[in-house]
Amino acid sequence: MSFLPKAFLLVAALGLAACNNPDRFGAGGAGGADGFGAGGAGGFVDTTGLGDPNDPRSIAFFNQRVGDRVLFAVDQHTLSPEAQQVLTAQAQWLNANPAYAIIIEGHADEQGTREYNLALGARRATSVQNYLISQGVAGNRMRTISYGKERPIEVCSNEACYAQNRRSMTVLSVGGGV
Amino acid sequence: MSFNRILAGALAAVMALGLTVPMAQAQNGPLRIEITEGVIEPLPFAVPDFVAENAAAAEYAANIARVIASDLSGTGLFREIPASAHIDRITSFDAPVAYESWKAINAQALITGAVSASGDRIVVKFRLFDVFSGQQMGEGLQFAGTPQSWRRMAHKVADAAYSRITGEGGYFDSRVVFVSETGPKNARQKRLAVMDYDGANVQFLTDSSSIVIAPRFSPSGDRILYTSYASGFPRITLMDVGSLRSQTLAEQPGTMTFAPRFSPDGRRVVFSLERGGNSDLYMLDIGSGQLAQLTNAPSIETAPSFSPDGSQIVFESDRSGNQQLYIMPANGGEARRISSGPGRYGTPVWSPRGDLIAFTKQNAGRFHIGVMRTDGSEERLLTASFLDEGPTWSPNGRVIMFTRETAGEGGEPRLYSVDITGRNLRQVPTPGAASDPAWSPLLP
Repeated sequence: MSFLPKAFLLVAALGLAACNNPDRFGAGGAGGADGFGAGGAGGFVDTTGLGDPNDPRSIAFFNQRVGDRVLFAVDQHTLSPEAQQVLTAQAQWLNANPAYAIIIEGHADEQGTREYNLALGARRATSVQNYLISQGVAGNRMRTISYGKERPIEVCSNEACYAQNRRSMTVLSVGGGV
Repeated sequence: MSFNRILAGALAAVMALGLTVPMAQAQNGPLRIEITEGVIEPLPFAVPDFVAENAAAAEYAANIARVIASDLSGTGLFREIPASAHIDRITSFDAPVAYESWKAINAQALITGAVSASGDRIVVKFRLFDVFSGQQMGEGLQFAGTPQSWRRMAHKVADAAYSRITGEGGYFDSRVVFVSETGPKNARQKRLAVMDYDGANVQFLTDSSSIVIAPRFSPSGDRILYTSYASGFPRITLMDVGSLRSQTLAEQPGTMTFAPRFSPDGRRVVFSLERGGNSDLYMLDIGSGQLAQLTNAPSIETAPSFSPDGSQIVFESDRSGNQQLYIMPANGGEARRISSGPGRYGTPVWSPRGDLIAFTKQNAGRFHIGVMRTDGSEERLLTASFLDEGPTWSPNGRVIMFTRETAGEGGEPRLYSVDITGRNLRQVPTPGAASDPAWSPLLP
């Protein structure tokens, strides 16, 4: 029976690939430097591979000090002045660290139907991508993906949580292309 | 099986909550339920244990009668008179019916049956009687199958009884594909699963290694379309139910595809394709791989659903500024808006009868499942909660199943059904949290 070991390897590989994005595992603690994320939702944060947050070339530095996410208003995908500020800093960092490939995730809160939220998340991720391109980040380093309402960071059902879930995440991985 | 116990318990609980007031009245004329909004009083019926025609059939004889009773009672249109109230006992399938003893307990319909079992085959026979006119309704019928398929045979008997009494098609011998969910809200694990329409015989189709969304049955029930993140990105995927083999459809680099649904002939798929942040509707011919773009607008176009005759597509779009419902020809072209009330409308699904569109509506912080006619008139909201979404039609267009999710940290989705008059709201038993149901056609 060779099926089982192969399946196990596949799962293990997916687990490793996801480590660059601690939010997929729930707690969002790694992004807490911006005051976001430290929601105490419980869950598992694996920061291995992100490097030392004091090393300005590390993913941990990008996630925590530069800020890996921006937030959106209800049902909107336009960038607020605060979001543009974060993305300008992201672009500077990304231009100084060209070895990293970039996935931009778009997310929505739970107040919406599943399909619509997928489309809305794609709009948000694309807004971020277009802004980073306008700041000189090469388009071929970036890909967008929408999770719709599938991956909230915060789990309560009120505006305080919804505001954190209407977001884009800039997720880095080592390697030139995407 | 412990699952069967859970199912029986859940159904009993639902029935205990049903606030129907028994109104024992003999009817005049032939036995018939006209299903209109005026029908409130369920029709009393009896289904005594089927006669076991040999020893091997004994274990099925009572179980089959119980499933038939659950099917009919579960519609809200029928009320079972329990065995404890029966005066007569059916000991022979062919003996004449003692109508007086069933009349005495006000059973208006009587279902009798017999089971025989030998080797890998069981045979189920049944008859339906109109007690007050003292007549058999229709011919007796017989179904044969494997012992493992005894529930299907029970559903077929119930479908036949339902159909003869209401004049409409049945829906009990059908399956539902859905997304089984486990884990906390911010790290949900999702798997595709199928079950009988009543929650029995759950079978998982995928593992939980990647997110899966919104499965849909093909018109013949042998294939399933869904959206999978297995590649890392959302892609519409086609699964063969028999082999569980999946293939990605319409792969276009740098795009996201989602919200697929079959055409009524099963040969084409209508879906959303996102490129550069904009989602439009496309049609894929599965056989040839040919792709056609149906809409071309900067707005979000998604959640398409064919009319049963294949000539039109209903979908949602925010081209007016927020989510509304539109109908266009199946090959694209000019769309007309059909939704007009306050709030946002999404996830439209065309009824298999062709006359109604079911949808999700958001208004004033609440979610509703509703129906409207295809010209947008006679909008009727059937449910209201923190989060109801994603309606799917029973094969006869009489019942709608949907996802209801509760709020907050411990919030989780479950499946519910409601009939198109807004009556008979009930939870569908599933082994755990469940979302995105899609009903199969009636099985052959």
